Amino acid sequence: MPENTHGHPEPSYLEYQGKHKGLKAWIFSTDHKRIGLLYLYTILTFFGIGLLIGLLMKLELIAPGQTIMGPDTYNRFFTLHGVIMIFVVVIPGLPAVFGNFVMPIQIGAPDVAFPRLNLLSWWIYILGILLVLSSLLTGGGAPDTGWTFYAPYSFETGTNMLPAVLGAFTLGFSSILTGLNFIVTIHRMRAPGMSWFKMPLFPWALYGTGWIQLLATPVVGITLLMIVAERTLGIGFFDPDLGGDPILYQHLFWIYSHPAVYIMILPAMGAISEILPAFARKTIFGYRAIVISTLMIAFVGYFVWGHHMFTSGMSGTALYTFSLLTFIVAIPSAIKVFNWISTLHKASINVQTPFYWAISFIFVFMVGGLTGLILGSLATDVHVHDTAFVVGHFHYIVFGGTGFAFLGAMHYWFPKIYGRMYNARRANLGWLIFFIGFNALYSPMFYLGVAGMARRYYDYLPEFHSGNIISSIGAYVMATGLVIIVVNLILGARRGEKAEANPWGGKTLEWSVPSPPPLENFEKIPVVTREPYDYSA
Amino acid sequence: MHEHRDDTASKIGMWLFIFTEILLFGGLFIVYAVYRYRNPVAFHLAGEELNVIIGAINTVVLLVSSATIAMAITAMQQGKRRLSVRLLWVTILLAAVFMVNKYFEWGAKFEHGLYPGSDFLYSLSQGDVLFFGLYFAMTGLHALHIIVGAVFILFVIAYIRKGKVHETRWQLLENAGLYWHLVDLIWIFLFPLFYLIH
Repeated sequence: MPENTHGHPEPSYLEYQGKHKGLKAWIFSTDHKRIGLLYLYTILTFFGIGLLIGLLMKLELIAPGQTIMGPDTYNRFFTLHGVIMIFVVVIPGLPAVFGNFVMPIQIGAPDVAFPRLNLLSWWIYILGILLVLSSLLTGGGAPDTGWTFYAPYSFETGTNMLPAVLGAFTLGFSSILTGLNFIVTIHRMRAPGMSWFKMPLFPWALYGTGWIQLLATPVVGITLLMIVAERTLGIGFFDPDLGGDPILYQHLFWIYSHPAVYIMILPAMGAISEILPAFARKTIFGYRAIVISTLMIAFVGYFVWGHHMFTSGMSGTALYTFSLLTFIVAIPSAIKVFNWISTLHKASINVQTPFYWAISFIFVFMVGGLTGLILGSLATDVHVHDTAFVVGHFHYIVFGGTGFAFLGAMHYWFPKIYGRMYNARRANLGWLIFFIGFNALYSPMFYLGVAGMARRYYDYLPEFHSGNIISSIGAYVMATGLVIIVVNLILGARRGEKAEANPWGGKTLEWSVPSPPPLENFEKIPVVTREPYDYSA
Repeated sequence: MHEHRDDTASKIGMWLFIFTEILLFGGLFIVYAVYRYRNPVAFHLAGEELNVIIGAINTVVLLVSSATIAMAITAMQQGKRRLSVRLLWVTILLAAVFMVNKYFEWGAKFEHGLYPGSDFLYSLSQGDVLFFGLYFAMTGLHALHIIVGAVFILFVIAYIRKGKVHETRWQLLENAGLYWHLVDLIWIFLFPLFYLIH
């Protein structure tokens, strides 16, 4: 660490010169802030690719019949879109980018507990991506099973399953190591005086997420390995011809993949809980209720996986139990929404771009959450199962929830990350177009699903045409908004105005250090005496 | 950057990693439980094909190896570095004995055509196919963990040589011990499930 002997400010983490130069100074850096940005750039790249695939699919669906691609290509496209968006973009998403960048500073630590393991996680993540991508170029080409890799088709298809499945396994391993690192960091490295209930809500969310990553991911890991064993060794784990049970695969898959939804949404909720008090300029309403609901979601989230399988064949008792638990897991999410809205009550709100994202997050999250209850009810689920309704619900929660929170967090922590400001008017315009496009894209799917349009087909009946036109146009409007947002952020990072240490008046510790922060974050580890959102002084 | 050392953190980290390993095997144990429940007779008869004596010997070998690595940790904490290294080598030797036994055991099964994908196995009942599929998958994954654990111990020996692990800094050694006990513990469950319950 450079000595601060001449009264010069310490160089920021962006300027700091280690033993490596250029690109190597980034890809071999163990600094949590640089690793966070490595994830950011990787995730944005693959988000762009996944988005492009999605746009092409929406173009195919703009009219009935074959428009630009046939059924085989469409099957591969929705599989790739799912695998990239879920395993490469949304699951690492907020934890790997903002968890890495912000969480250690928020708890008053110089870095995470295992900096080298942190870098290794990123390398394993890159390896997983390369494995997934290698399925495109080798063997039978991109897989066509859907991102769920359902048996028995996943070991019968002639497409290139092995690299995709092993890639997903590897990405899971990276996710486990990140979760492990964060749990230990939060246990061991909180600043003196920061008791558990003085910790900001974003680290709390990451703590809950870490446990899910740790305890759920290995189950899908072994399940994917069983698919590999099935394809290469002919062990009949899930093959009915050999005595195996395909439904058992679905159970094992969702035992992970439902909690994985909470890996996506909990950090998003954490980021929203940071943004709202900063712009409401008052303390968050019901801090402890939010903490407890975070832990409740993490816990109950393990026991609801069966609601993905209401039509697959389960005993009546299992159906009722899973349905009931699904309704129960909605309660802590609702508690959070009430707390966020109560935080805004009687606040003098500073309306800025991150606030727009946060408030629109609450809207899309509520739409996604309430339509989830329709899917959680046994009778209605049978009607809308495997229709466009599910696609609409899923994207409102996962893209609406995580995506809006991600972009909100991006606009909130941007000045801290780059030490510069973006153009607020362009950012607001981008948000508005994105928000309109998003709703136009996904809300017709609810109607289409109820009317009976099945998902995962390149074609549909003529009576579904009008809804699909709106949806496809919405997709391109949303993409336009996204281009404005990304260009604006890139311009801001390059030549925006210099940002102050605390442009929003935030009270958590990351706003007490310079923007961008120096290598080890704090000159002296702070002693915490106040609550995290204490706006009284 | 100054050196940051926190032994408790690395111990917690190891325990968390062990949780993930238990859940990894947990998936296979669930599959085993479901298929045993559905094919009780076939699993009963197929289980009798396994060699209880070799299985029992391997159980004893692993239990002793868990004892030797625990002794190696205590020896290191008492400053007896050479004794500690010797006990680690004994642990690795026992791991090798386990693998040699496994080799003969698996070899015999292959000779009888009892391996996944063989025409003979496919001619048997579905319960037999599942039993031997699970047998090879679970003991195979376990054997892989034996190899990983042994390599971990080799690294620790190298670190002791380099002086990076010593009597006041033995957390890495203890972590290797924790991992080795996990590998041992999984076998303690595999042995009765495949060899003993009829």
